[in-house]
Amino acid sequence: MPTKASAKPKASTKSTKVKDINLKINNIDISVPAGTKIYDAARKAGFSIPTLCYLKGICNDGSCRICVVEVKGEKNLVTSCYAAVREGMEVFTTTQKVLKDRKITLELLLSDHKVDCPSCPRAGACELKTLSNQYGCDMNRYPGKKNEYQIDDSSGFLVRDNNRCILCRRCVHMCNKIQSVGVIGVNHRGFHTDIGQAFEAELKDSPCVACGLCINVCPVGALTEKDDTQKILDAIQDSSKHVIVGVAPAVRVALGEEFGHPIGTDVEGKMISSLKMLGFDKVFDVSMAADLTIMEEGTELLHRLHDEDAKLPMITSCSPGWVNFVEYYYPELLGHISSCKSPQQMFGAIMKTYYAEKFELDPKNIFVATIMPCIAKKTEILRGSQATADAQDVDAVITTRELARLIKKASIEFNKLPIGDWDNPLGVGSTAGLIFGTTGGVMEASLRTLSETINKKPLKDLDFKKVRGIEYIKEASVDLDEIGKLNVAVVHTLGEARKILEQIKEGKSEYHFIEVMACSGGCVGGGGQPIVCSDIINDNIDIPSARAKAMYSKDKKSGSRKSHENPIIQEVYREYLGEVGGDKAHKILHTKHKKRIRHP
Amino acid sequence: MSAFVDTVEQKEQLDAVLSDLKVVKGSLMIAMQKAQEIYGYLPKEIQERIAENLSFPLEKVYGIATFYSQFHIHKPGKYKVGICMGTACYVRGADLLLKRVEEITGILAGQTSENGLYTVEATRCIGCCGLAPLITVGEEVFGNINADDVNRIMENYKE
Amino acid sequence: MKTLQQLQEIRDKEKIRMSIRENTGECVLTTVKKSVLICGGTGCVSGSSKITRDEFKARLKDHNLENEIEVIFVGCFGLCAKGPIVIIYPEGTFYEHVFPKDVGEIVDTHLVGGQVVKRLENKEAYDDGRNKPLFETQFYKAQQRICLKNCGHIDPENIDEYIAMDGYLAYPKCVKEMTPEGVIDVIKASNLRGRGGGGFPTGRKWEVTAKAKGDQKYIVCNADEGDPGAFMDRSILEGDPHSVIESMMIAGYACGATMGYVYIRAEYPIAVQRLLMALHQAREYGILGKNAMGLGHEFDIEVRLGAGAFVCGESSALVTSIEGHRGEPRQKPPNLAVEGLWGKPTALNNVETLANIPQIILNGADWYSSIGSPGNTGTKVFALGGKIVNTGLVEIPMGTTLRTVIEDIGGGCMNGKKFKAAQTGGPSGGCIPAELIDTPIDFDSLTEIGSMMGSGGLIVMDEDNCMVDIAKFFLDFTVEESCGKCTPCRIGNKRLFEILTRISEGKGEMKDIDEMLELSEYIKRDSLCGLGKTAPNPVISTIQYFKDEFIAHIKDKKCPAGVCTALLQYIIDKEKCIGCTLCIRKCPVDAIKGELKKPETFEVIQEKCIKCGACEPACKFKAILKV
Repeated sequence: MPTKASAKPKASTKSTKVKDINLKINNIDISVPAGTKIYDAARKAGFSIPTLCYLKGICNDGSCRICVVEVKGEKNLVTSCYAAVREGMEVFTTTQKVLKDRKITLELLLSDHKVDCPSCPRAGACELKTLSNQYGCDMNRYPGKKNEYQIDDSSGFLVRDNNRCILCRRCVHMCNKIQSVGVIGVNHRGFHTDIGQAFEAELKDSPCVACGLCINVCPVGALTEKDDTQKILDAIQDSSKHVIVGVAPAVRVALGEEFGHPIGTDVEGKMISSLKMLGFDKVFDVSMAADLTIMEEGTELLHRLHDEDAKLPMITSCSPGWVNFVEYYYPELLGHISSCKSPQQMFGAIMKTYYAEKFELDPKNIFVATIMPCIAKKTEILRGSQATADAQDVDAVITTRELARLIKKASIEFNKLPIGDWDNPLGVGSTAGLIFGTTGGVMEASLRTLSETINKKPLKDLDFKKVRGIEYIKEASVDLDEIGKLNVAVVHTLGEARKILEQIKEGKSEYHFIEVMACSGGCVGGGGQPIVCSDIINDNIDIPSARAKAMYSKDKKSGSRKSHENPIIQEVYREYLGEVGGDKAHKILHTKHKKRIRHP
Repeated sequence: MSAFVDTVEQKEQLDAVLSDLKVVKGSLMIAMQKAQEIYGYLPKEIQERIAENLSFPLEKVYGIATFYSQFHIHKPGKYKVGICMGTACYVRGADLLLKRVEEITGILAGQTSENGLYTVEATRCIGCCGLAPLITVGEEVFGNINADDVNRIMENYKE
Repeated sequence: MKTLQQLQEIRDKEKIRMSIRENTGECVLTTVKKSVLICGGTGCVSGSSKITRDEFKARLKDHNLENEIEVIFVGCFGLCAKGPIVIIYPEGTFYEHVFPKDVGEIVDTHLVGGQVVKRLENKEAYDDGRNKPLFETQFYKAQQRICLKNCGHIDPENIDEYIAMDGYLAYPKCVKEMTPEGVIDVIKASNLRGRGGGGFPTGRKWEVTAKAKGDQKYIVCNADEGDPGAFMDRSILEGDPHSVIESMMIAGYACGATMGYVYIRAEYPIAVQRLLMALHQAREYGILGKNAMGLGHEFDIEVRLGAGAFVCGESSALVTSIEGHRGEPRQKPPNLAVEGLWGKPTALNNVETLANIPQIILNGADWYSSIGSPGNTGTKVFALGGKIVNTGLVEIPMGTTLRTVIEDIGGGCMNGKKFKAAQTGGPSGGCIPAELIDTPIDFDSLTEIGSMMGSGGLIVMDEDNCMVDIAKFFLDFTVEESCGKCTPCRIGNKRLFEILTRISEGKGEMKDIDEMLELSEYIKRDSLCGLGKTAPNPVISTIQYFKDEFIAHIKDKKCPAGVCTALLQYIIDKEKCIGCTLCIRKCPVDAIKGELKKPETFEVIQEKCIKCGACEPACKFKAILKV
């Protein structure tokens, strides 16, 4: 938050240009715009300051006290993540006093923390562990009573172990401020303060939409995904099972981070090889199913546009966190949600029907696993409307993080792997399907197909730049023959999506078609993606965009950039589904959404 | 613990309060205080109604209810016995009064007896330091007392 | 709406009626011949003074005297130790410990019969056959009442009586004769400092608020008096609520705010009710609201109740609580004067601070700054409590020594015990040892000796109080009341409390003392808000002044004051014991054995003893010893 001019009475109000402030950080002269936090000024001067609660754009409570620095003339230490610079200020970030106090802070946190580092799933990326190590902490310095909590593993997607929680409140802000869900919050007070749901309800009995973003911001191992890797290993071991794995678009541009690659590295080929080495019978790209979604969703939109009674705008349904959100909080608007299954569910449905038939397999003996950047996908596989009677469309979901864990557990030397290829048939998607993994991608893929199929001429430029980028709400209009101007919007994060829903509720929405993704930046920033240390986030690095960039550059170079031209898709309709949006397609690829009770 | 039931009258009162408060800035706590006046405590059903009407997540209401010591989530006992633990009372032996009250009621501070008769609370200074040490039963204040006086006082609150 | 002229008429008329309370001993020319003032402060109400009042009214009616003798329920007189108090004017007879059962006698003997009821009369207030004016008695003599001027003198539920005491004169003076800057200049010149604890200059706070940019500004009155043992704010609101309302109006004019909030503890039902009544009356008279008193300004006040969280006394937490959230403090700066309630510039003042304002406006900054000492001007109200004879509320000029307060005003320790220490500043303050009894009480002197003014609780401790236990008591309070947001306060204070507990149980080590001091200094440096930053003060000051007591607990495993139960042992003095077995029968855990009439067989089984102390008073021969 920028400090206001009124904080310094002498500031000139004439010029709109922000004045520069001169100060010294550890005796280094530096000049930064007025309003800059000491933390940022220090980084500019080349000094990183540790943080446990501060997370740029999300949490700035100043509660952990680890980022304190000494300021000449101040009696007490100053919170660098919150305090703004002043002219002539002299800041010291590593004096004896500062280091000593940070050490005490860490030791106090450790004194009320379940120190089970060797078995903690976060051990590798735990910010508390890293700092405690750096500061040479004695974990038994302050022996005393620890709070004891029951581990909440009631839900099928997330485990909360408050014994490890250090009350930084990043998750609370993520859930409340960014997502506007507010299912978790700070309860009780003093030493007994904890994070949890109303009336200490278990997560399964709470209106959590399962976006999982709280996990990504947790500096310790208090929040983790429900680990389903064993289910996968069991299936692979079971000789009666034909085990298929489908990989979501966003996984390949993030998995590399777990193996030391820079953010935004595309490791698709190595990833495919590793999956084959893990023993999957078939390794497919879920982008293919994304292409199917484009076909079905586009057709549904056209139906709605031609039907006066149909609900408009139509909103995408591929983000399960988003669908959960509407079912819990805006059930009256469910009619606006496309009835299409998500690409994951379409993928599973096609495997259990078309693929099973084609290869004469009993759907019950096919085990479909997916690798997703997403936590909510773990809830999605349990929805109704499965394509076959006795089997789920998808049997198990693991996240990008869990896949990395599997690869490491199998002692596969990831970085030495050769480039592998997707299996055929059904293995390959267009890059229109690939960009589903980022905010704006579904809309762009859709616009490519809608334009070409309706206007019946090829697009000169396939790039719809207006729907790209990290802006929260993006708008565009496209001219379509017969239909006229199609107004579209692209939204990410649930907090922003709520605004769009409120507009619809008030009858003020002028859009025809809206893409919503629950997570910040879309699936590339999903709750199942590799955890990025807050030090990097606080250095103004936009992680979702870096990952998305890898997708867009692949798309740019690709020879297959349109869903409707994907030969596999054409074959599936020709051989099996029949008409796009037809009865059979509906039965297999569509679903129903229904209201959910928030507090049973 | 008995299940929550509310009368038509209580429900109407709360509805009126909530509809008035919809337009008031920062009204959540006021709503909770008024609801507690009506019901004596804030069970889940009531917190849900407040959350729903004022458009807050239930967790937000619960977070507030568990922050402030005057909000009760469980039904309090028929007699609320408070032992003032202000400094003036403490230096004059309030802890002995508390111990005696706990002995008599068989419950610890912060608890409600199973028969629903007593809720014992170690309260903050109630500002009657001239009467230290003291206990309160409901609205009644008993000051300048010792532990044996507690037995005598509690005789009047047995059923 | 009343015009200024009409207010003046009320003032003139009421002044005559109320002159009877001037202690002149004369009847004035009104229909009212006598005035019975009954204390309606919380302390006395707890002693049934409400019933006493009703009883007086009923009895006077029986005698057809209800028009001649008025019964007024006033605010706190201050001398709570003698409560419930009744004073009868014009003769100024001071009755103490008056309960409903005594009313008949006072009515019959005094009001009807004209004879003073000797057994209820305060001994000191009667001298050489005449009633000494109240303010000549030992308790009141060294006091100077500015904030408490009207407390115990007017009926707080009657706006006319406030008007009669020159109430609602200061606000029109500001608006008609002064600019907002002019008002701020007067407050600045008076050197008034915030009475809530921090001592920040009030005028400067107003100035920053006035200069801050904002389409809306707020005045907030902090009446969330949470310091245990402090009740001056409550007493002011109970005894003189209009003075706070008028001050907030003045603050509103000076700072450019049209809306004010009073955030008051819900534990103060009488204060809340009187404040609400006062607001209602002020609105009815057109004193509050749009175009107040026809002077062209707008100001209104809303009351918000606290819900039991000490931390809400911290300004940013209080504002957060008014907004309807968990009352957690936030980082400062920006200060509230720049970014306060709902993000708008907000001047937040405590009740006692505000109660000074009308007097400063009416009497001038020079008058005010001549009281006390430079930099510490005016008076301060203290709540005297603990082991002192005259518990109650006192208002003294700044700079009065602790000795004056404890020995002269307070009458010394109860039961002739030795004064050991005084605690000021509540959980944020420290203990002042007996050797520093000549310290002048003001902001700077108290800070210098490691305590602080705080909101004005002054708790006296004698030789029977253990300082380790006192430090533990305050830490326990802070741990309970910590909001839990920042690490140093949430976990640091808890660990500090645990170390103290270990010491009080005889499990401490000498290195614990340094460990506590280090942790304390850390908590002070690193906590997010004032509550955390000051929480270790009681620990630091007790170690500073009473280190030997800590050492006794640690090294000798003894509690010199005999308070820490884990270090106590009850033993039987076989010389004094006669073997009556009364102690055996009293012991709830069968920890005493012995045969009837055989003192030599009596023994306390230490492993079984829970140190409840039941045996000690049971023994008629003082044969049970606490060692």
